[in-house]
Amino acid sequence: MTATDTELSALLGTRWRRPPLIRRAWLRWTLGIGFLVYLVLAVASVEVNWARVYEGLDRGWAFVLAFTSPDFTSRSGAIWDGMVESIVITVASSVVGILISIPIALGAARNIAPLPVYMVCRGIIAVSRALQEIIVAILLVAIFGFGPLAGFLTLSFATIGFLSKLLAEDIEAMSRSQAEAVRATGSRWSQWINYGVQPQVMPRLIGLSIYRIDINFRESAILGLVGAGGIGATLNTAFDRYEYDTAAAILILIIGIVMALEYISGIVRAKVQ
Amino acid sequence: MLRLDRLVKTYKTGDQALKAVELDIPSGQVTALIGPSGAGKSTLIRCINRLVEPTSGKVWLGDTELTALGAGALRRERRRMGMIFQEYALVERLTVMENVLSGRLGYVGFWRSLTRRFPQADVDEAFRLLDRVGLLHMADKRADELSGGQRQRVGICRALIQDPAVLLVDEPTASLDPKTSRQIMRLICELCAERGLAAIINIHDVALAQMFVARVIGLRFGEVVYDGSPDGLTPDKLTEIYGEEDWEATIEKVEDEDDAEAVA
Repeated sequence: MTATDTELSALLGTRWRRPPLIRRAWLRWTLGIGFLVYLVLAVASVEVNWARVYEGLDRGWAFVLAFTSPDFTSRSGAIWDGMVESIVITVASSVVGILISIPIALGAARNIAPLPVYMVCRGIIAVSRALQEIIVAILLVAIFGFGPLAGFLTLSFATIGFLSKLLAEDIEAMSRSQAEAVRATGSRWSQWINYGVQPQVMPRLIGLSIYRIDINFRESAILGLVGAGGIGATLNTAFDRYEYDTAAAILILIIGIVMALEYISGIVRAKVQ
Repeated sequence: MLRLDRLVKTYKTGDQALKAVELDIPSGQVTALIGPSGAGKSTLIRCINRLVEPTSGKVWLGDTELTALGAGALRRERRRMGMIFQEYALVERLTVMENVLSGRLGYVGFWRSLTRRFPQADVDEAFRLLDRVGLLHMADKRADELSGGQRQRVGICRALIQDPAVLLVDEPTASLDPKTSRQIMRLICELCAERGLAAIINIHDVALAQMFVARVIGLRFGEVVYDGSPDGLTPDKLTEIYGEEDWEATIEKVEDEDDAEAVA
């Protein structure tokens, strides 16, 4: 008793602070100061050519002004074709990508898959995520030539990395006991997935899928810049010809569609919870 | 009926959860398994249907040695062992009916279960069981809309629709209020009596166990230290199972509660 009494009286009246994240004081200060010094040096190392900025302001302003008078009509045929192509790429690549992602996600969840399968599936995800869309698109355009096929394949491939990884993480975070209870009934593996796992991850799968459709549409606009088809190609042409009013019209359409998708995905995600 | 022969479970961490447990449960007997947290109660139950793989020893269900079975045969034997869980373990986003019918998964093919087209006999039995536990009107509700006591009743239906020979029950009342706890325990014991089922019930509440079961097994550090009638649980015995504590109150409470029960 006396031991705890002295321990207590030593503490009474002293200030209490939350223990710091990094316990060693010298390390804490070195890291903090080091980061600040680096930040200052890094910012200082970025060269700014103010004369060039001054010149560019005019061009930028013309671009911004174009938004006040977007031209939907003079290139309407090209815009329409590009849009249709982009939407086809988006839908096709999302469907194919999602269908391939689901088995890979099951394989990449450590609580479901045995280690060898896990390693292979995580490997596929790592490769898909390591290669940025533009790089894949350039490669695929080189193989398949200009056009929407390259865009479709690129986005399918990118969807696999994105969706498999996030879905696998949701599967790993599922409630063990719910899955265990289904297994205890003597169910087959396929039934176990269908009854014990799928209901737990379905809202996340739907939410991620819609989010990915959204991303794929935006990406399809970018991929056109490297020749992989879609509205991006039309946009690129407009920029090349300094037709900022047409470019503005295309951008407004893209923004409108992305915002509509965002709005729809919000509603759907709220419904499926 | 159910026999454990020198069952040992050693976890990868080196913890010995079960040390050569010997146990024999005759058919139709409801047995309570008590003991402090970490004594190995959950492990013991899960080693029986091999949700946890035992390290050594044998488990016999009737004439079948469960520990020797391959995956397919184990799956078929699991149908004869209904399990009821702590915190219910219902699949929350499925309906009550789907949860109950999931007890038939071991009997129906994948396509039937995928399309939710269970044989009419199974559907009828599910309705009968839900009616028996007073939840027929909840059949199409989602499981997470139910209260704790209701969920555990659905859990009981899911175990019973398997048409099991033995029930493995893991802390059925752990998150329920005292009144609901008793109702659930009474329901489990009544249903076992109706169907002649053997059961092992893990339970923390000694007084509640004494109220309902015919036999109590005390587990401490993975060893059976008590095996006998509920009345034989003296303060000395409880000290042996749980460690030093004033047990008089617990035992007296049992008598009080029995009185209260008689009035209610």
